[in-house]
Parts: sequence; C-alpha cells; structure tokens
Amino acid sequence: MAFGIEAEKEVIMKANKKDVLTGSYYIDGDVAAAYGAIAAGCKFVGGYPITPSTEAFEAFVHRAPYVGGITIQMEDELGSIASILGAVWSGKKAMTITSGPGFSLMMENIGLGAMLETPFVLLNVQRSGPSTGLPTQAGQADMMQSRWGANGDYEIIAISPDSPQEMFDYTIKAFNLSEKYRCPVMIMADECVGHMTEKVVVPEADKINIEPRRFYKGPKEKYLPFKPDKDLVPPMAKAGDGYKLHISGLTHDEKGYPTFSQTPDTKRLVDKIRLNADKIIELNEDEIDDADVVVVSYGITSRVAIRGIEQARAKGLKVGNLRLVTVWPFPEKRIAELSKKVKAFVVPEINYGQIVYEVERCAHGNANVVLVPHGGGFVHNPEDIFKAIKYAAQEKKKVEGIIEHKTELYRLIHEKNS
Amino acid sequence: MKANSKGVLTGTHNLSGNEAIIEGAFAAGCRFLGVYPISPSLEATDRFLQRSGEVDATFVQMEDEISALAAVLGASWTGKKSMSVTSGSGLSNMMEHIGLGIMLQTPCVIVNVQRTGPSLGIPNGVAQGDTMQARWGSHGDYETIVLTPNSPQECFDLTIKAFNFSERFRVPVLLLTDAYIAQKKTLVKIPPTKDLKLISRKLFKGAKNKYLPYKNDKNLVPPMVNVGDGYRFHVTGLTHDERGYPVMTSECQEACVRPLMEKITKYQDEIIEYEEVETDDADVVVISYGATSTVVSKAISLAKKDGIKVGSFRLITIWPFPEKRVRKLAQKIDAFVIPEINFGQIAFEIERCAAGNCNVFFVPILGGGLPTPEDICKSIIKASKEKKKIEKLIEL
Amino acid sequence: MAKKKIEPHPMENILRMDRIPHIWCPACGIGTAVTSFASALEKLKVNLDEVCVVSGIGCTGRVAGYTKVDSFHTTHGRAIAYATGVKLGNPKMKVIVFSGDGDIIAIGGNHFMHAARRNIDITVICVNNFIYAMTGGQVAPTTPLTAYATTSPFGNIEPPYNIPRLAEACGAVYVARWTALHVRRLTNSIVEAIQKPGFSVVEVISPCAQYYSRINRLGDGLDMMRFYHDNAVIKHNEPTENLDIDYQKQIIMGKFIDREKPTYIERYNEWLSESKPKKK
Repeated sequence: MAFGIEAEKEVIMKANKKDVLTGSYYIDGDVAAAYGAIAAGCKFVGGYPITPSTEAFEAFVHRAPYVGGITIQMEDELGSIASILGAVWSGKKAMTITSGPGFSLMMENIGLGAMLETPFVLLNVQRSGPSTGLPTQAGQADMMQSRWGANGDYEIIAISPDSPQEMFDYTIKAFNLSEKYRCPVMIMADECVGHMTEKVVVPEADKINIEPRRFYKGPKEKYLPFKPDKDLVPPMAKAGDGYKLHISGLTHDEKGYPTFSQTPDTKRLVDKIRLNADKIIELNEDEIDDADVVVVSYGITSRVAIRGIEQARAKGLKVGNLRLVTVWPFPEKRIAELSKKVKAFVVPEINYGQIVYEVERCAHGNANVVLVPHGGGFVHNPEDIFKAIKYAAQEKKKVEGIIEHKTELYRLIHEKNS
Repeated sequence: MKANSKGVLTGTHNLSGNEAIIEGAFAAGCRFLGVYPISPSLEATDRFLQRSGEVDATFVQMEDEISALAAVLGASWTGKKSMSVTSGSGLSNMMEHIGLGIMLQTPCVIVNVQRTGPSLGIPNGVAQGDTMQARWGSHGDYETIVLTPNSPQECFDLTIKAFNFSERFRVPVLLLTDAYIAQKKTLVKIPPTKDLKLISRKLFKGAKNKYLPYKNDKNLVPPMVNVGDGYRFHVTGLTHDERGYPVMTSECQEACVRPLMEKITKYQDEIIEYEEVETDDADVVVISYGATSTVVSKAISLAKKDGIKVGSFRLITIWPFPEKRVRKLAQKIDAFVIPEINFGQIAFEIERCAAGNCNVFFVPILGGGLPTPEDICKSIIKASKEKKKIEKLIEL
Repeated sequence: MAKKKIEPHPMENILRMDRIPHIWCPACGIGTAVTSFASALEKLKVNLDEVCVVSGIGCTGRVAGYTKVDSFHTTHGRAIAYATGVKLGNPKMKVIVFSGDGDIIAIGGNHFMHAARRNIDITVICVNNFIYAMTGGQVAPTTPLTAYATTSPFGNIEPPYNIPRLAEACGAVYVARWTALHVRRLTNSIVEAIQKPGFSVVEVISPCAQYYSRINRLGDGLDMMRFYHDNAVIKHNEPTENLDIDYQKQIIMGKFIDREKPTYIERYNEWLSESKPKKK
C-alpha cells in the first residue's frame, strides 16, 4: 500500500501530562468521566443540561480552559451532538453527555456519526423511562436503543462502567476505541454510577495509553475519505488541512460522493465492528469454570448482583459471575460457549428485559435464561437475584423462552390487588 | 363502530401504497395529519391534502419531525384520530415523542416509509433497516405494535387495522412500509362503508370528579377523555399514578410502566398476524416481510423445481414478534432462510426464537433495490444442503 | 378541641389543591406568575373546561401539573408544538403554553419561531429566570452577559435573546413583558393575550433565589423584588430593539406589540372554503 498507516503497526501514544490530574480523589462518577475524557485528550464537549448527567458536563466546563479545551452548551441535544461531529472533523477529540430523552433526540445524528465514521464518545447516564420517567433515578433501559435507535444499519460500541473509577478508566478506553474503529462509542452508565462518590485514582500520564487519530499521510490528491485500511477502517483527514474533503450522510462511495445503490463496501460499517468483535470485547469473569448458573450483568447491577451471588455461594451453589464491560458488540461467542456448560443464565437488569434477549439468542436453547427485571427508580434487591439463582440451579427442565423471575416488588404491586 | 361514509372512497382504484395508506386512514376515521416532508413518503401527504377538503380533515406541516409528532399527540387528545407520515431520519427524530406517546397512552399512527440508511442513506432506495428501531428506538421500556404491508391493498387494510389497534390499546402504532411498496401502484379495492369494522377509543363516561386518567380497566387500558370535555385532567411524561400526577418511586414505576407493556403482550395473540404457505411439511422456511416478501414466492417456486421442500412465512405483524409460532416451526424444520434488505435485524430475533432447534440463514440484501428470485433461490438451496447444526447466525 | 374550619383557598377552582404544596422554592417567581394567570382566568370568566395548559420540562414546566384545567406536561421544548396539535384538533380551546425561558427559547426556539410565523392562536407565558434552574443552574439563552452559571463559570460570554424582539420578528401579534413584582399589570396582560386571536407572548421576569441569585450573589427573593422595584420601568410601545436585558441594569417592561393578523385557522378555513367548491 502506497499510503495510509498500516493497521498492524499500532502507534501507542501516552497521555499529555497537562491533561492528567494525577492523584487520588473522592469524586462522583459523572465528574470522573469528565476527568477521564480530559485525560484521553478530549478537547471539546457540546452538551445540554439534563439530569442526572449534568455534573459531568459541568466538571468538563470547569476544567476545559486549563487544558486548551472548549465547551459549548447548545440549544438542545440535537445541537449538542451535531456540534461534536463538527468538532471531530476539525481534528478535535470530542464528547457529548446526556440521558434518557436527550439520548432519544440524538438518534438522527448518531446515525450520521456512524455513517460518516466519525469517532466520538457519548456518555449516557441512564435514568428510568420511558419519556420523562424518573429523572433523578437509575435505569438501564436504553441498552437496546443504543444499538438500534437510529434508522438504518450500523454498529456501535457500548461500554457499561460500574464505579466512578471505571467511569474514569473506561472513558479513556472509549476514546481509544472510537479512534481505532472510527465509530460512535457509548458509555452506558446509570444514575447510580454517575452520582456515586468513591475513591478514584488517576494514574500518571505515562501510564495512560492513548490511541492517536489515524490521520492520512499520503499525497493530498490521492486522498479518498472512505478508502479503508486492511482492518476496514479508513484513515481520516481534518477540515482545514487542504484535502478539500467531501463527506455526506447519503450512502457514498470511497470518494465520499453519493451513490444510488449500496455496494458491498457499505457493509463495512457493520463489518468493521463485527469482525473485530473479539478485539473489542472486554468481560469480567469470576468462578465461571465449574459454575452451574452464571449471572450475566452490567453497570450498577453487576455490583448489586455480587451480594446475591455471595448468598448463593454460601448456600453451596456453584455460581459464576460474568460481567459485561463491553455490552455492544455483544459477546455472543462467549455466551454460546458457556451455554453448553451451564444449566442456566440469570440476567438481572434495571429494565423489563433487553440484554436478556441477546443472552437467550446466544444460548441457542442450551441453557435456561432467567430474567430478573426491575422497572427502575432503584437498584435490585440482592435477595431477588439470590432467589432467581436458587430457582435456576434447581430447575431440571429445559424451559422454552425467557423465564421471568417475579421479584418482591412485582408481588407487592401486582399480586396484592388481585 | 361503523365508518363515516365521507372518508370512504368505496370502489376499485389504482393507488400507490402511499395513497392507499391515506385512503385507509380516512376510512378509519383519521382526521388529522401532522407532518414534515421527507422522501419517499411525499405522495401520502399530497393525497391527504387533496382529499382533506372533502372529508373535513386538518393538516399541518410542522417545522420538523419532532414537532410533527408532538402536534399529532396533541391533536389526538382532542378526540381526533391522528397520524404522521415519515421516513428514515424522520423516524429517528420522532423517537422522543414515541416515548411520550407510550407514556401518555396516546393513540396515533405513524407511517414510516423506510428508505436506505443509516443517516440520509439513499432517499428513494428500498430498505428494511428500521425494523429494530421500530421496537427499540425510544429510551426506556415499552412495547409497541408494528405492522408491515406488502402491497397497496394491504397498505389500505393494515392502516385501518393500525388505527384500530392504536385506539384499542392506546398506543402509537407504526406502519412500516418501504420505498418499493409505497410507490408501487396497483388496484386497491375499498369496501363499502358498512363493511368496515372500526374501533374507537373507550371514552370515560362517569362523573367528572371521579375521572382518573390512568386507572386501568381490566384490559389494562384506561378509558380516555377529550380535551375540552370538562374533565380538567392532567397528564405527564413523568412516571405517574392513577391521577396522572408524578410519583418518584420504584413502586410507582412498577405500577405505571409494566402495564404499558402487558396491555400488549397479554393480547398479542389477537394482534399477531402472519401468512404461511406450505410450512407443514417444509424442510426450509423462508421468513420475509414487506418488499422482500414480494420476491419470495417466485424464489420458492424456483427452489421447488430443485426438489426442495420450501415453505414461506410472511410477517404481517412484526412487533409483537410471533415468537410462539416461530418456536414451533423451528422444532419441525431444518432451516430458516431470512432475506432482509439490511445487514441483519429480524434475523437476530429469529435466531433467538429458533433456540438452537434449526439452522438460521440470513441473506443480507444491499439497500437500494430488490433481490432477484434467483438470488434467494440460491440461498434456499445452500440452506437445504447444510445438514449439520450450526449454532450461530449464518450469513449467506 | 373544636375543629377549626379550614378556609378554602381563594383559587381552589383553578388550582389542583390535591397537589399542593408545589415543588417551587421559596422566593421563586413562578408561583406569582401562576397566581396572575389564575386571576386572569377569573377575570376573563372563560369556561375553564375550554382552557388547556401545555408545559414543557423545567421548573416552569411543572405549572401544567398545578392548574386544574386540561393540562399536559410534555417533553422538553416541545410544548408549543404539542399545543399546536391541541389547538388545530379542537379550535374552540384556549391553549396556553406555560413554560420557562430554556424550554421555550433554547430547545424549543424553533417551534417558537414557527408557531409565531404561522400565527397559531395560542398564548405563550414564558417565565424568564435567566437560568436553567431544574437541572441546577446552567447558562440559559437568556442569561445576561457576564452573569455566572455553573456552565459559564467565568461569566457568560453568549449574548442573550431579547424575547420580545424575537417574538416580534417572528410574527407574534401580542408581546408584553412584566416582572414577578408587577402582578396586577401582568394579570391584565395575560387577560389581553388570551383574548387576542393569534400568537401572543407574555414574558415574566422572575427571581430564582436558589440558583441565579445564589450563584451571582444577588441576595434573596426579597432583594430581587427590590431590584425590580428600583430598576424596572414601564415603557409601552417601546421599540423592541431597546429591550435587551443587561446584567443588573434597567429592565424595560410594558406592552410592546399589539397588532392584527389572520390566524392560522382563519387562513386554513379560508383555504378550505375556496378549495371545496372546485372539487364538487
């Protein structure tokens, strides 16, 4: 290849000292995410205030001038995400921060971001929905939306942190992934993690790896904005460098000009993530190997689940814990592998069933799938998770479809009346 | 309830899918369209405008799709059956208000004429890329009803059905067509007014001071009232109690949101509609919907010439997904073949319901055009030759 | 002990007493605006069954929840669009959009512009407290230059909107501005605005003691009232270009625009009556 950086030669840069406030802090998840973004080299945030994500935006606003960054509070969420897409094409690393209804408003431009292969990070501090729902309380019901919310076919990466420390760490990782694969990366946090205050250790700058943007290095006249490297990701140019690039949300060819039918190359938008899934996916596993039941969870629920798992283990049950750090792309291989070894999966989530459908899909009928739903407004009672594990361990039959565990809350509300 | 003869254009007409949808809407009693123009849904708007004078319908072109759906929700509360028509990125813009419509339990119909995506994609290109978005596009948990016609005649019939479901269950119902069905013209038979079966929202009839906007009846659907009827009700997108007042607890969330989903899952057997051809002794079943299904029958007859036992399963209701039936079929057959004009959407759902009982082959078709019967036939043949069970979605 | 008879609230008829106490902070001006609105309805002697309040999100967005008429608490910024649907669906309704400056001018700015242009017959009561209060004090499109907010920690650098000027330019037929101190005049303006056919706008300058005043160290609610008393001047028919609000400077109030234009529904009916005979 005459031009473009070879994908195999990874250039790893370290974080800029000025951007990293090395030390340990007692801060909440939202603020930690802002610090993480700055450490990752983010220089632009376009935001719009929405509970419970506002603290992250505010923290960024306060720090930005000291690191050469700039922020703008736009007139709405459509504006805030559109502004960061522009900032990215001007060469900045950029992020937007939102929650629930704001996320719904961003859908059109998430599609644009995916289509233009714009690397950006979106922090969604989930609250309970639908609609305005419970603005100040936790939810995890935007998980499917993050994958499917915009029109047309595209793939994104979604990460679900479960502590302020992870909000810091995974915001950096999110920026790295977005630069590497040139796709939207979403940090699907929740109100609990966002507002939880814990110790956060910010390491020294040279301990933080930064994925640099893959800038095109060849002759200007040969630049094709959408000609991919071997790993299916095209190198990028930025506005103002004299490439006179044209990019369009219309279906386009390598030059970026509109075409009137999709070509096999269009499928690159999904393939660049699907084929690299193994490299992207990160999971935390605990006592999986000889487990009968595996609890699959993410975000704050994975911390609540630990208590339920401990209770079950104390009763002698063999329970493994599989925490999805990366939720999208979904770890289908790992789930399919496990499904052949275990009796059942137990999936607690703060919604009425979203990721559980994916678990069921990948289990291919090999293991039972038990859902422990929670409508939102609070986290699970670990007792419910424990009971679901107990049930899953005892159930001898293969049950078709998802088994919904009736939680205490369900009984309280719906069985009291009838 | 019977239809109002003013809106029903009884007779046989040469109509495009878009036009048939508007005729269906008028026949169903729709009298309000809030819209923002976007290809390839424009003919629908034109038709509505042309006929609005005759049927006394109100039309407003808003400044964007966000406000178009907001206006539709507002109009619906005045007692008018209301709809919006959009496409591609327009649907993405409507996501927030689909959530509001779900939460306020506002009956309305949204027609999405799918075009190739993502983003602007190909404005007049055929595609089926919004199938999952239709189910999952708004934040929070909800269930919705999504219908997909595959001919102008079905556009007419299903639009009436969509209005009936939306009024019965008080939900926004999506009619998912595509650029091909929307612009194809065929003869559409519109029955006489007396033959149309319409459902209208259940109105509250009790004393004014006794009205609770969100007190469910036994079908989990609360009776509605109209703005201006003197009930002086309050509704909010926040999690609310029976009075419609916000309550910020998880108990209230459970009491408020779960019935929003159960009112649909409970009656899914009455909602779900599909069309099966020769699935009884089939080894391979082709699952399709909308534009792709128009090619499938030809492909199947080609495959039969090769001696393959092929059946066809066409989704008319996509959401709620006909899970029970697909599970049953999966136990009897060797493979599903799913041609979709996208890079895999409903195929994932079928993989889930197949639960490892049969192979699932997915045929992605590039947006912008229809597949040829020969292509699908080739996929059917490939699928029938695979005797091993493969535990993943196989892309052809 | 003899049970003391509780005196009914004088506005029991218009307020949802079952939701009182409300969520607004002490010294907030929204309550005053609601009282003015309620008095205006009393003065108007309208059939309350034919009044509808639509609100968006935010502190003022909660107004819909406290007024005992058909009331909608909708999504952020979309109250005007929602109200457009209600008005066109049932033209006999008096539709009032009651929301804040962030809701109407920032996220809902587009709908504000277009509803004014179309001259939809609704009344917008915009409570302007110069800040996003519900989310905790972020900069708003009305925050005066140099004022502090949590997202303008170095002082606001964005020039604010002059709401009456914006409304006039977009085509509103009635525009007035008052502060939360001038309740009698505010009430009269709301009466006029509701009576006026077409898109009418009443801006209510309101104190936010919890955020705007606290962040900018402007004292409590009473201090803000004193400030209005000393600095607000009435200048009816003042050209709207003079109505910018600078940080802690003079606030010009009054009725600025009152003009006649056919409303959307009038034009629509005209169009329908013209198109009908042609078809037959």
